[in-house]
Amino acid sequence: MVGKPDAVKAGSKSSQSPASNQATSKPDLSSISTTFSLKTLKLKTKQQELLIRVTILGLVYILAFITRLFSVLRYESMIHEFDPYFNYRTTLYLTEKGFYEFWNWFDSESWYPLGRIIGGTLYPGLMVTAAVIYWTLKFLRFAVHIREVCVLTAPFFASNTTIVAYFFGKELWDSGAGLVAAALIAICPGYISRSVAGSYDNEGVAIFALLLTFYLFVKAVNTGSLAWALASAFGYFYMVSAWGGYVFIINLIPLYVLVLLITGRYSMRLYVAYNCMYIVGMLLAMQIRFVGFQHVQSGEHMAAMGVFFLIQVFYFLLWVKNMLNDTKLFQALLRIGVTSAVAVGAIALGVGTASGYISPWTGRFYSLLDPTYAKDHIPIIASVSEHQPTAWSSFMFDFHILLFLFPAGLYFCFKRLSDATIFIIMYGLTSMYFAGVMVRLILVATPAVCLISAIAVSATIKNLTQAIRGKTGQTVSAKGTSSTKGSSKQQASVDQSIPFLKNGATVLLFGAFYLLSRYAIHCTWVTSEAYSSPSIVLAARGAYGQRVIFDDYREAYFWLRQNTPSDAKIMSWWDYGYQITAMANRTVIVDNNTWNNTHIATVGRAMSSYEDEAYEIMRSLDVDYVLVVFGGVTGYSSDDINKFLWMVRIGGGVFPVIKEPDYLVNGEYRVDKGAAPKMLNCLMYKLCYYRFGELTTEHGKPPGYDRARGVEIGNKDVKLEYLEEAFTTSNWIVRIYKVKPPSNRW
Amino acid sequence: MEVFASRSRLTLIFSLFVLLSLCFRSSTSLSSSTSELQILTAERRIDLVSHIIRVVLTLKVQNDGASPASNVLLAFPPAQVKHLALIQAAELAGKKRKKSVHPLDVKPSNDADGPNGAKLYSISLRNPLSTGSSVSIEVSYVLTQSLEPFPVEISQSESQLVLYRDSALILSPYEIKQQTTVLRTPSTKVESFTRVEPSTQTRTELKYGPYEDKPSFSYVPVLVHFENNNPFAVVEELVREIEISHWGNLQITEHYTVVHNGAKHKGGFSRVDYQSRPTFSGASSFKHLLVKLPPRVHSVYYRDNIGNISTSHLRTSYSKSELEIEPRYPLLGGWKATFIIGYGLPLEDVLFESDDGKRYLNFTFGCPIAETLVNKITNKVVLPEGSKNPSVVIPFSVERRAETSYSYLDIVGRPVVVLEKENVVPEHNSLFQVYYDFHPMFMLAEPLMLTSVFFFLFVAALAYIHMDISIKK
Repeated sequence: MVGKPDAVKAGSKSSQSPASNQATSKPDLSSISTTFSLKTLKLKTKQQELLIRVTILGLVYILAFITRLFSVLRYESMIHEFDPYFNYRTTLYLTEKGFYEFWNWFDSESWYPLGRIIGGTLYPGLMVTAAVIYWTLKFLRFAVHIREVCVLTAPFFASNTTIVAYFFGKELWDSGAGLVAAALIAICPGYISRSVAGSYDNEGVAIFALLLTFYLFVKAVNTGSLAWALASAFGYFYMVSAWGGYVFIINLIPLYVLVLLITGRYSMRLYVAYNCMYIVGMLLAMQIRFVGFQHVQSGEHMAAMGVFFLIQVFYFLLWVKNMLNDTKLFQALLRIGVTSAVAVGAIALGVGTASGYISPWTGRFYSLLDPTYAKDHIPIIASVSEHQPTAWSSFMFDFHILLFLFPAGLYFCFKRLSDATIFIIMYGLTSMYFAGVMVRLILVATPAVCLISAIAVSATIKNLTQAIRGKTGQTVSAKGTSSTKGSSKQQASVDQSIPFLKNGATVLLFGAFYLLSRYAIHCTWVTSEAYSSPSIVLAARGAYGQRVIFDDYREAYFWLRQNTPSDAKIMSWWDYGYQITAMANRTVIVDNNTWNNTHIATVGRAMSSYEDEAYEIMRSLDVDYVLVVFGGVTGYSSDDINKFLWMVRIGGGVFPVIKEPDYLVNGEYRVDKGAAPKMLNCLMYKLCYYRFGELTTEHGKPPGYDRARGVEIGNKDVKLEYLEEAFTTSNWIVRIYKVKPPSNRW
Repeated sequence: MEVFASRSRLTLIFSLFVLLSLCFRSSTSLSSSTSELQILTAERRIDLVSHIIRVVLTLKVQNDGASPASNVLLAFPPAQVKHLALIQAAELAGKKRKKSVHPLDVKPSNDADGPNGAKLYSISLRNPLSTGSSVSIEVSYVLTQSLEPFPVEISQSESQLVLYRDSALILSPYEIKQQTTVLRTPSTKVESFTRVEPSTQTRTELKYGPYEDKPSFSYVPVLVHFENNNPFAVVEELVREIEISHWGNLQITEHYTVVHNGAKHKGGFSRVDYQSRPTFSGASSFKHLLVKLPPRVHSVYYRDNIGNISTSHLRTSYSKSELEIEPRYPLLGGWKATFIIGYGLPLEDVLFESDDGKRYLNFTFGCPIAETLVNKITNKVVLPEGSKNPSVVIPFSVERRAETSYSYLDIVGRPVVVLEKENVVPEHNSLFQVYYDFHPMFMLAEPLMLTSVFFFLFVAALAYIHMDISIKK
């Protein structure tokens, strides 16, 4: 309790420092204004500082928005990829039918014949957010389409994130660091990858909610204010409603509290902040149907509850200590108290788990803690590309100089430890670990990396500018030292010892600016080249350098929408499920919400069986059309033939009739003449290569040359007995087959 | 058996009734006006090349009666009346060199129907036709959806055959001295046609006649079965929103539902065949549509409800703009596509001020896609907010409604003039005018609203900076 007010001071001090820092720049400005003799227009220091800050923040806000518009400019205002199509479809439903219909929506168009209770199995935060924005705009008489709102939701929230980052940075260090953090996060590719215009996914608003919750919690810990803690609980509620990644919050915050408890930084502020945030946040989170009682029943949330009880024990013990005024007795009590508390907790957890009241950890959670878990046990998680372990190159790609600034920032944080900096250190380190486990979790690490790097940048630049200015204006240095105690005192002492300090500092300052400008260039390049493709429309360069667009996906989906019976059931691999329901408006067997592994395995089994066996499966699932994606004509490599081994593995995981070695030759996956006989005759092969043998794809190559795999196919004479070609898109990327009705038996 | 018997009895009664009524009617109507006129020569040319059938009928009418006649009647079988999209008539005057054409007014006749339910249309002559004199009249009319695909379903490799039903003799309430009918088919491939001697086929023309001295209301049904691979592009529904902005732009948004109305596609669709043998495979299908837009169009877009369609070309020139659009997929028989075309036009090309201070929009009515039939067209003219008393001038009959629409920053809403018409052919692409009153002050309402919002925002910021609202001192 004793050492804590110091931390508060540190916090409050940091928020004061920019003002005093601003004071240093005041003299030059005032001298300018006196020359113009416009005393009436002269702003006060506070106002000048506010003006500059607001201007910078405003520019960063706009920058964060417009840098995400590459995809709209280069393609069009459209929803990207796979999951966003589901979100778009549900948002459309929400705006058309209202909230209660949405909440009770049973969707019979997906997972035929099982259906899906949409209202109970989704995080509604994103849809409600977009709908509220839409309704507000409509109320203000802006005639916008809901699609435009959905497309621009992610950039809009990215802009809001920069504001939160600013306040967070200000809370952690000073407002200079806040501004740098806002600027860094505005263009950081790790975040842009999930928040470009059109990428209408949960993460778009969730990162905002995540950072907001953390900021409000740190603010609550720093101030001990019930209001901030309550705000943080609402931030947490929003996060829970938006994304499953809220589990990260509900584990990181208890961990942080635990670390503070262990390091002897327990305080009343922490007690108030954590209890209020946990209790109110938990109760609010229970209102989300998909989350329900998980906060008290699932193993992933038990850490938070344990820490909650622990902090009560702590409080009780401190109270007893106050009452006792006897160290020896208290020591004994402490030992007994802590031991029995831990024991009771462990027994409760054990009993809960054994009786099944507390559910064990889910596979996803395991795979985070043990990166090899999914590969061995859950092929469906391992098959998703964004669940792969991160390569070093993608760290470099997504963070660029932040990767080097991150340790520097950690150094600065350790040098000025406070409750807030301990939090950001823990957030940075844990999220970096998760980012290493799964590619998509780079996103979670990005805000922490940006904030910590911002501290490094801000502290360094401040030191350098002070070093430069320290020689010229003697009066200023006195003020500067008083503001930032540790670093600038050193600076002052270094001032005398190092020669050419001013020149050296200037060079270093230019170096820093060079690095930061390289960062900006890199970010823009990455955004425009890598993260702004909608992946529905494919673009390539033609022979004469012109842009060629392959719009085959939409061609096929629109064909399905217009020219098939409205109750037709489409079988495809689960990747395309959301897109088919959203764009083709037809029922699918499986989709990207991979909740039923058996059902997916059934489709995988149908795809990897012989045609007659597959026909039985398809008849039993009432399938009318089968859709496959084939890149052999265009050289599009992420097609179904390349995904086929996963279908075999997932199918084989449930139905042992499907054996992976049957499709391989000496452990090698091939489609040419040397391919395995089962491979050459399975349904997927037949559907992809039906009549492909008659087509010459590339000049100087034999007919039936597969450009995606660079081989001549092995089975050119594909005959279909139970299916017929219903439609093939102009570049053959999507092929649709109709399942024939059973033939008459007499 | 029971049902069948009762039905046949019903038909019998019904036909008796019809017969009786016909006798009654013919006795009244024919005696009153028709018997006095007779047609000396009649020539009918039926163009069956596209799916929109255009017929030109040249008549030479002579008045044999005692009194001058001011109207000439035309008769159509009931099956054709349903499909009659447009009918126009003109009087041909002068000899070969100094030929002049005077448009005449045609409207459904008030007289009772002819025998067998034949519907009558009356042409008002410029000058009443005095006894013994004659006049040449050219009647042109357009029939839609009168080609019946047979076989009804074809596969990708077959070509499309259609049936056309008509009469070898021209249906007329008058006696015709001499008449011929010529049918023009798109190709020489005519499977069969009903022979009514003398009838001949020369290349792409089928000629019935000449026939001499046929009495009034003679009807000899004929059936022509021929190949027609022209695109049967039918717009089932077209909704055009024409929005006037007095800031200098006319924005047009057209929502199409296009269907291939020919023989239905049967069996699978093979891309290999379609790509490698385009003349034999899917011969009746179509990939392109040509949209004829006014010159000086700008910001043209082409999309559907899942996004842009990237296959279109716009050619603009001084006199016209042509937009060649390709639906997402080729349309085979029975396949459907929906899409939206939008474009802007400079306002000075289409909006004018009349002498009495009213403003009026002068714009084309029909569907801009070449050679298509529109089953139902809805033109919505969205007038600027604050305009009053809209009135419409249009050369043919339409259904008119009023609506209110809300767009950006509208408070009272914009008056919308809705004009609906069914069975619209390219010949309907004529100009129509919408007159309305508008005060220019209304143009300033929205900018003023926006500026005041920003003004209050800045005032609030000003107040925030200059005020200290903290409780602590």
